[in-house]
Amino acid sequence: MKLPEAAGLALAFIARLITGAQGHWHGSTPKAEQRIYFANHQSHFDWVLIWAALPHDLRAATRPIAARDYWTASPFKHWLTREVFNAVYVSRQRAKDGVVEEEDPLEPLMEALRHGDSLVIFPEGTRGHAADPAPFKSGLYALAQAFPDVQLIPAWIDNVQRVMPKGEVVPVPILCTVVFGAAVALQPGEERRAFLDRARRAVMALREVA
Amino acid sequence: MGDLRDLSVSQQVGLLFVVVFGLLALVTIVAFGRSLRDLTPEQTALRERFARELRALWFAAVLFWIAWVSGPLGSTLLFGFVSFVALREFVTLTHTRRADHRSLLLAFFVVLPLQYVLVGLRLANAFTVFIPVYVFFAIPVISALANDPFRFLERTAKIQWGITVTVYGMSHAPALLLLDLPRYRERGAFLVLFLVFVVVAAQLGQEAATRRLRRRPVARAISRSFSWRAFGAGVAASAVVGLLLSWVTPFNPLAAIAMAAIAGAAGTLGEFVMKALKRDAGVRSWSGASSVTGAVGLLDRVAPLCFAAPVFFHSVRGYFGI
Repeated sequence: MKLPEAAGLALAFIARLITGAQGHWHGSTPKAEQRIYFANHQSHFDWVLIWAALPHDLRAATRPIAARDYWTASPFKHWLTREVFNAVYVSRQRAKDGVVEEEDPLEPLMEALRHGDSLVIFPEGTRGHAADPAPFKSGLYALAQAFPDVQLIPAWIDNVQRVMPKGEVVPVPILCTVVFGAAVALQPGEERRAFLDRARRAVMALREVA
Repeated sequence: MGDLRDLSVSQQVGLLFVVVFGLLALVTIVAFGRSLRDLTPEQTALRERFARELRALWFAAVLFWIAWVSGPLGSTLLFGFVSFVALREFVTLTHTRRADHRSLLLAFFVVLPLQYVLVGLRLANAFTVFIPVYVFFAIPVISALANDPFRFLERTAKIQWGITVTVYGMSHAPALLLLDLPRYRERGAFLVLFLVFVVVAAQLGQEAATRRLRRRPVARAISRSFSWRAFGAGVAASAVVGLLLSWVTPFNPLAAIAMAAIAGAAGTLGEFVMKALKRDAGVRSWSGASSVTGAVGLLDRVAPLCFAAPVFFHSVRGYFGI
């Protein structure tokens, strides 16, 4: 076993020790199909939780999205996201000084999906602290349009904001669950806003199940 | 019984485990045989519940066996881990706020390990006062420093209560291993097993009695099944088990009955208190679909032990005047 793999196992173990990281599947099953998981976002811990809640053999093919400027800033962060999590890096600023950069921020995601990988995305864009998730950004819609064959699985992450509130570094052991729901498909001719709202409701509906 | 006393300590413990695992295997085989028949959905549900309980018993028995094989250090670590899981479950179900973060960190990563280190080092005086005195003082200070007066007393009290039950209470079980009783060296494992058996016997006795005698519940809003008659049956069951097991203990039969009754009563009343707590938190069981988080359901099982262990520990100390 190589170091990144061992580090991954250790991290999953710690996540389970601290949060239980229980995955509940309602309407979909943990299968090795190409998928985009989309979830509510409240903490830095969210990704680790989803990742630890997935069965071991799905973890390697399921990749997070990481902001390039932050997650490549130090050698350790870079190593962690590149080697352990196999993250997809995106650049945060699209327009700098009024000049639009050439690269579409979604391009790395598209590349990963063409490659056959599964992704975990947080369509709110940023960590929220309200009870309900913020309106979804349009990236999910673009991905759903470009890859109609990839399943879109909503997920609700419960309790994680109590584990590590914004600004704290050490997590408190509190049980968390991740509820995965039934796949949401883009209907023919569905409007962007309507689809994003429907996807958001699909995530929120899982809160009742949790 | 005289022959049993002639065996060495490890032979006696070994015999006890052989008996326990033998009984479990027997029950499992019988249950499996009966599960092959056609069942109504009602019976299936009952069977599934029974199978779950049986799995928990197997798990507990294997854990105890591991604890015994690995000696006092192993069992201290084992109970420490059980404490951790129970406290995690407790905290999950209480409403804490952002400002409690540091207090909770203190509880999980300082208080809990330190308490078990004190137990492991046999510092009997230190470990009985550490949480009631020092932690009682430290938790509200840390919470107050977090600068949030909202429901301050309630939040602090909940954290302290959780620590007292899941850490302080539970830590008295491995502490039994380390008691230095006259003519009873290195046999603490028996006392722990004795405690666990009588507490379980009280639960089972009470449950069986509730099913047979439909008595008026004492506190309907808290538990529909708790009645004094059933409670008495539970205590009687633990007293009988205590008498049967008196040969492994340092007590004479009469004292064994009394100790078993005390531990059994404390355990069942502790479970009753936990029921009140669950009603307050709005869950029927710590585990299962009704729970907010899908908690593991360990707290349910260990709560009687958490309440019985300190009472039993100090009764034993009082009895021997140490």
